[in-house]
Amino acid sequence: MKFNLLNILFAIGLISFISFSCNDEHDNSPGSVVLEFDHRWGTQELKLNSSLLTPAGDSVKFTAFRYFISNISFLKADGSEYKVPNSYFLVDHELDKSREITLTNIPADDYRAVQFIIGVDSAKSTTALDQRTGVLDPATGAQGMYWAWNSGYIFIKVEGESPSAPIDSITLKRRFWYHIGGFGGYSSPTINNIKSVSAVSDDDVAHVNGSAEPTFHMIVDLQEFFMNPTNLSIKQNPVVMFAPYSTTIANNYTDMIKLDHIHQ
Amino acid sequence: MSKIFIAFSIFVLVIACVKEKNDAEQNFSIRIPDHFPAVNYDLTLNPISKEGFELGRKLFYDPILSRDSSISCGSCHQQSAGFTQHGHDISHGIDDLLGTRNALPVMNLIWNKSFFWDGGVHNLDFVPINAITSKVEMDESLENAIGKLNRHPQYPSLFKSWINVDKIESKDLLKALSQFMAFCVSANSKYDQSLQVNSVQLTSDEFEGLQLVNTKCSPCHSTALFTDFSFRNNGLVLTGDLGRYKASLVDSDLYRFRVPSLRNLSYTAPYMHDGRFRTIDQVLDHYANKVVMSATLDSNLIRKEGLGIPLTEEEKTKIKLFLKTLDDESFIRNPILSEQ
Ligand code: HEC
Ligand code: HEC
Repeated sequence: MKFNLLNILFAIGLISFISFSCNDEHDNSPGSVVLEFDHRWGTQELKLNSSLLTPAGDSVKFTAFRYFISNISFLKADGSEYKVPNSYFLVDHELDKSREITLTNIPADDYRAVQFIIGVDSAKSTTALDQRTGVLDPATGAQGMYWAWNSGYIFIKVEGESPSAPIDSITLKRRFWYHIGGFGGYSSPTINNIKSVSAVSDDDVAHVNGSAEPTFHMIVDLQEFFMNPTNLSIKQNPVVMFAPYSTTIANNYTDMIKLDHIHQ
Repeated sequence: MSKIFIAFSIFVLVIACVKEKNDAEQNFSIRIPDHFPAVNYDLTLNPISKEGFELGRKLFYDPILSRDSSISCGSCHQQSAGFTQHGHDISHGIDDLLGTRNALPVMNLIWNKSFFWDGGVHNLDFVPINAITSKVEMDESLENAIGKLNRHPQYPSLFKSWINVDKIESKDLLKALSQFMAFCVSANSKYDQSLQVNSVQLTSDEFEGLQLVNTKCSPCHSTALFTDFSFRNNGLVLTGDLGRYKASLVDSDLYRFRVPSLRNLSYTAPYMHDGRFRTIDQVLDHYANKVVMSATLDSNLIRKEGLGIPLTEEEKTKIKLFLKTLDDESFIRNPILSEQ
């Protein structure tokens, strides 16, 4: 009995020693995380220039789908947050690489959720020229995602052709276009279409460290832009830019991006 | 005696001009007039230098910035027209597409609190993007213009000697344009001179005109810039242009436009956001007799007895005489600001 107990104690000691040293060897250096944006139309893969039917019954062919993702942060299992500094990305359906955002130098930890803004925050939307590099460069990098007459970024752009749209005098095609933005105003308030997304996984955890690069696999369903809560009719609203109706559309797309799973 | 005095004054003026020019060439700083309000543009983020200014001037007058190299900033902002467009109510642009608004003067812009008639832009550096990307909302970018500049025989070395960059980026182009525009300060009108000690004086009619402007026009056309940069509906017959509402989407901003300066009016006709008035007489007639009611009409233009601003013919004459003292001939003729 006594001997047995000693044995057990010894075993426990050994195990804890081993696990302790294991922990010690455990990689605690910061790592990378990938955010993958998987574009869908309902259950199918989203393809530009192919015929689709909107929930309101308009036949459409998309020609452009772009949006800003910014202010990314990760939530740890204990509820605390890690904010990725200066995180501004432009996702463009036509640029495969832009649909995979790799974030580096993320502190080693276990993360259960990712949060971000669809769009650009108001501080960045009003900052000086030198602070706007890369995709935020209003003149070049932002690639038509900037309103020059009303200094502000277009948060999300959806364009295409549809028999329900009127003929556009410049291209002579039946085109619709939705350019949604609005950061709340510089000196006096106006519409605010900044939408935050918080995507939690109930099952998966992202173990981040220098030797692992987990991926948050996000599903982006463009159909959500056209419904829930309001069916967007191209016939009635073929062009929506900086206008009150843009808030209705923003309320649709606020849940367009969902976390499907995390893979290690 | 008086001849001697005039000769002496001319001598003093010439000396003053020469001195000013030398100063400008030496340290190339913008002279901030004492009687102007606080500057809004952060000059520390884009310190003015001779190279930067000259580069900005070259760009301002170079059609290379437009898609088909047909027009320059200077085509719509002509110095002789107080940096607006001669005789155009709404400006003509590329492909002769009509703009929808009357060009605003490139003048005293470092004091602006916002830009354009609806105040949609808040920083001078961002203003030219609108002009260069031509058609509203048509996905054109400055990329082309930047490419052309980088391939140009002169621009790369000019940018390099200014800020030591090997490749021109859009922000460099925008800041160079700001260098030139920041320099376009008009503060040497007769009115400005009358504020200096021992200088010219306004005639008594002009002075009465000033007082009339101060009492009747001032809640809006106030400070030495003769605008408070607020957005107001001054009672014009409404058209389809929704004004400030376009940028704010707030109902109370419907048909409100940024109050323009009253400087250099002799050169900048026609007047108002759509250039509907060709003469100052028409403008004064508007305020006196033609103000129309609408939901957002400025309360300063609503009285128990009626709408607008009561003005006798005599008062109108005096106001016109005073407005003339805001013309700054030296500004529209300053060779430093002209195409070289
Ligand atoms: C086709 C004619 C045209 C061209 C070319 C043009 N502008 Fe303008 N500009 C205008 C008009 C019209 C406005 C007023 C627009 C409005 O308020 O909606 C304006 C406004 C401005 C303003 C705002 C002034 C204020 O007080 O708010 C600035 C600054 C300016 N332009 C600079 C430039 C520069 C720099 C260029 C060249 C890159 C340029 N413009 C080219 C027509 C033009
Ligand atoms: C309630 C505010 C208000 C008052 C008072 C007012 N104005 Fe104006 N003024 C404006 C606004 C706003 C505009 C621009 C309107 C537009 O274009 O739609 C303007 C435009 C003008 C213009 C055209 C300038 C240009 O460059 O196009 C002139 C000239 C002018 N006002 C003169 C006067 C005079 C003189 C008085 C006094 C007798 C006066 N205003 C009183 C608000 C006011």
